[in-house]
Amino acid sequence: MLDAILSGLRLVATLDLRLWEIVGLSLAVSLSAVALATLVGLPLGAAIAVGRFPGRQAVIVVLNALMGLPPVVVGLFIYLLLSRAGPLGELGLLFTPQAMVIAQTVLVLPIIAALARQSVEDAWREYEEQLRSLGVEGVRGALTVLWDIRFSLLTAVLAGLGRASAEVGAVMIVGGNIDGVTRVMTTTIALETSKGDLPLALGLGMVLIAIVLALNAAAHLVKDAAQRRYG
Amino acid sequence: MSAILPLRLEDVSYEAGGRAIIERVSLALEAGPSTIILGANGAGKSVLMRLMHGLLAPTSGRVAWSGEGARRRQAMVFQRPVMLRRSALANVTYALDVAGVVGAERERLARDALAEVGLGRLAQRPARVLSGGEQQRLALARAWALHPEVLFLDEPTANLDPGATREIETIIKAFDAAGTKIVMSTHSLGQARRLGDEVIFLHQGRVAERAPIDKFFPLPASPEAAAFVKGELPWA
Repeated sequence: MLDAILSGLRLVATLDLRLWEIVGLSLAVSLSAVALATLVGLPLGAAIAVGRFPGRQAVIVVLNALMGLPPVVVGLFIYLLLSRAGPLGELGLLFTPQAMVIAQTVLVLPIIAALARQSVEDAWREYEEQLRSLGVEGVRGALTVLWDIRFSLLTAVLAGLGRASAEVGAVMIVGGNIDGVTRVMTTTIALETSKGDLPLALGLGMVLIAIVLALNAAAHLVKDAAQRRYG
Repeated sequence: MSAILPLRLEDVSYEAGGRAIIERVSLALEAGPSTIILGANGAGKSVLMRLMHGLLAPTSGRVAWSGEGARRRQAMVFQRPVMLRRSALANVTYALDVAGVVGAERERLARDALAEVGLGRLAQRPARVLSGGEQQRLALARAWALHPEVLFLDEPTANLDPGATREIETIIKAFDAAGTKIVMSTHSLGQARRLGDEVIFLHQGRVAERAPIDKFFPLPASPEAAAFVKGELPWA
């Protein structure tokens, strides 16, 4: 056990090429997915928070429920869409990093949208009268609030990133865990553990945790600084 | 540009949760005299002003302005000002931007307004880190920049100390001097006397009395207002 941990550390410390390729692909896939989901999720959440339309409560319940989507189910769903016989089969995306980005975007979007919806709705309660008094309505109101609480929304984005970087099921199914092409940290850890190659699995595990910690620490510092700067 | 005053309320009622907050209020507000809305907690002062300003729609009855574009020619200052997380100056230019003022004119008007309320030197300070009194003055600057024909103030000094209250009252007088119609609710009888020309006294959602300030004090005609004035005077 100790041997395995030491070997894992050695892999990390010696900048083992194979290990860093996997880390790089993981980051590229998860960050792309989170960026896409943020781009869509924040305005979507804000629109639901500020808008008044029939069925709004039902939409909120469904959105909140989708936060708990099982990654394997999302993987299966995207797999069916992208498989050769599926509706999007002609694109030839199955078993590519793009397919993994799509799957993780679907997984992360409800998390970011639902958390943004809650934050914007709370803020809207405070801002609404003042903004309406100034003559601000609709889209402009939503965008104003979204911008004003942008630092609090980091939490929603981080929750999405946490989900994306930690999940195995979706990327395994649509990516196929192909060595050098679609192998990412979580799928490698699952595979190497089952093969008994603990050093690589442990090394990747350590890197994964370190990255998640570093991102959260950075976000915390940004929020803290913003809080002191803008109140 | 024709005036948006007088503002007429015709038989206006407002209910919330099956309870009548405002009951069949009919009145007209004319340009000129500063109107103070007095009344105990829960008498409906805030709701009445929100109905006038258009933030609430009456359950029945009609709120009618005289001129076109009334929405943009009135402003409201709340008990607790809501500032955006940006500089004091940017909070004012935001309001001007919404009102359709363009480019360099926006910054000039905003700086004038900040100077008017004595916040010229704090223009670049983030609005939310200003003190309560400064934030309320910023709210007044935001209104000042819009040159409203009518300014509603909902207990604007309720949370402020005497010094800050005096500053706010001075600015309200400047609005009045500049020709803006003042409609303000307050608990403070002293403030009503300092700033008002006439009083509308609300009791349980109805107008119990409306009188010029020198008639209302020291002798209100209605028993409700008399009791209120008597009870309040020692602390005013």
